Amino acid sequence: MPTVHFTDTHGAVRDVQGNAGDSVMETAVRNGVPGIVAECGGSLSCATCHVFVREDLLDQLPPMEDMEDEMLYGTAVDRAENSRLSCQLRLDDELELFVTTPETQV
Amino acid sequence: MSTKVAAGHPGAKTMAGTGMSSHTPVRTGLLIIGASQSGVQLAVSLRALGFDEHITLLGDEDHRPYQRPALSKEFLQGTVESESLIFRSNEYWAEHDVDLVKGEYIARIDKDADGSGVAHSSSGKQFAFKRLALAVGARARHLEIEGADLDGVVYLRNADDALSLKARVGHARDIVVIGGGFIGLEAASSLQKMGKNVTVLEFGPRLVGRAVGEQTADYFLHAHRSRGLDIRLATSAARLTADKGGTAVGGVELQDGTVLPAQIVLIGIGVIPNTQLAEQLGLVVDNGIVVDRFALASDGTTVAIGDCANMPNPVPGAAPDERIRLESVNNAIEHAKVAAYSLTGRREEYAGIPWFWSNQADLKLQIAGLCNGYDQTVLRRDEERAKFSVLYYRRGQVIAADCINTPLDFMAVKNALAKGQNIPADAAANAATPLKTITTDS
Repeated sequence: MPTVHFTDTHGAVRDVQGNAGDSVMETAVRNGVPGIVAECGGSLSCATCHVFVREDLLDQLPPMEDMEDEMLYGTAVDRAENSRLSCQLRLDDELELFVTTPETQV
Repeated sequence: MSTKVAAGHPGAKTMAGTGMSSHTPVRTGLLIIGASQSGVQLAVSLRALGFDEHITLLGDEDHRPYQRPALSKEFLQGTVESESLIFRSNEYWAEHDVDLVKGEYIARIDKDADGSGVAHSSSGKQFAFKRLALAVGARARHLEIEGADLDGVVYLRNADDALSLKARVGHARDIVVIGGGFIGLEAASSLQKMGKNVTVLEFGPRLVGRAVGEQTADYFLHAHRSRGLDIRLATSAARLTADKGGTAVGGVELQDGTVLPAQIVLIGIGVIPNTQLAEQLGLVVDNGIVVDRFALASDGTTVAIGDCANMPNPVPGAAPDERIRLESVNNAIEHAKVAAYSLTGRREEYAGIPWFWSNQADLKLQIAGLCNGYDQTVLRRDEERAKFSVLYYRRGQVIAADCINTPLDFMAVKNALAKGQNIPADAAANAATPLKTITTDS
């Protein structure tokens, strides 16, 4: 099973296993990872599942669509070069993901 | 009451999440009736706040707690699996000492003045509690016309409704949707995408009732019609007619005698808050269960949250005596957080700005704030990129926005409202100007 490593703003790491094909957001929410709110359940409406992806993994992720890009301008903690909405990232057996959650989502 | 026993954690580690919990009258710390968006959030927020008593999260459906919004969209269209709609894993509930009870309908509650009591389910089980939370939501308003009980006349409120609709949809060619609100339009768009011939009947003079302003309603009307959806305003069904077999729906007869063929009639004409239990408990009820700023009902101990609750309007600038009942995911979450504070002895008022969303075909509507009482609107429109937003103002202060395919505008208004800032109307009128750059401290 693919693993996602969530690091919070204080540096605490939580490793969560999930199913390939599920989103990083739903994997986090189902397991109660703090730092991911995801009010809209993954319909790209709320920008409360913002994560910072470890830089070296960025080019292995699917490119961002316009809607995600625009939503990222409204996140509670300002976006950075490595920002993504975790509802748009899918777990993959070939990819071990490392993400950091922002201090707040709302 | 005779059923009270010593409080304590009734072995939830082994029972939780299996749906097989025993129902001996062990008293739970908090009984949450309604395994809903708000019920789930209340349990989660309480654990985050350190609430250490046992929690029972009880629902009348046979499913684990799930997210409703996708039922009219991705779930109906088959682009997400039912498993994706589940809020939390069984392990999560077990680890957090929350006992999930499915498929139990609470018919009656006995309650003492200290807030404790016993809830009785229609199957004869008893659930003793120290404190009670009502997260009982709302139910679909039923259409009361001739033929409304025919097979194939469906509603879309819960997972079983969605499953029933999905099971029928393959055999249907023509579908009539009664009600041009969010649910009706979302479902109509989904069904159209699935290749069905869909007609939407709206009783009122415009779509989406009062949930959006007139310009937005108009935009939706034209956008849907240009996408081939047959929408008939100011039109109501006189009766539903049976097909040749006599038991299933075959058509919708309009007031003027026209009959539209329909193998499915989907009704989305709003919801009614579930207040039966509150009434039986003697709580004050008025368009929902009346609660104070801290989500406490009139007995001072029971909390009521989400769609079923009528609360003081939490929006900054609202009149102190103005009350509101909101039907939204965002409200279910924020209201549950207020209740979680209340139940842990803190007094924290509702935070954040109400917001809503609705996805219909390729139209993505996001609403920030509440537009009630506006005296001015500013329209921002980019025809080429199909972007549209309306900002609502009261005495020069922005109070809300309807945004279609314009998440930047939505986020800018939502953030400005949250920070008590303004976006001056004259500057906002230029659709090319990013709202974020003209936001001012008001």
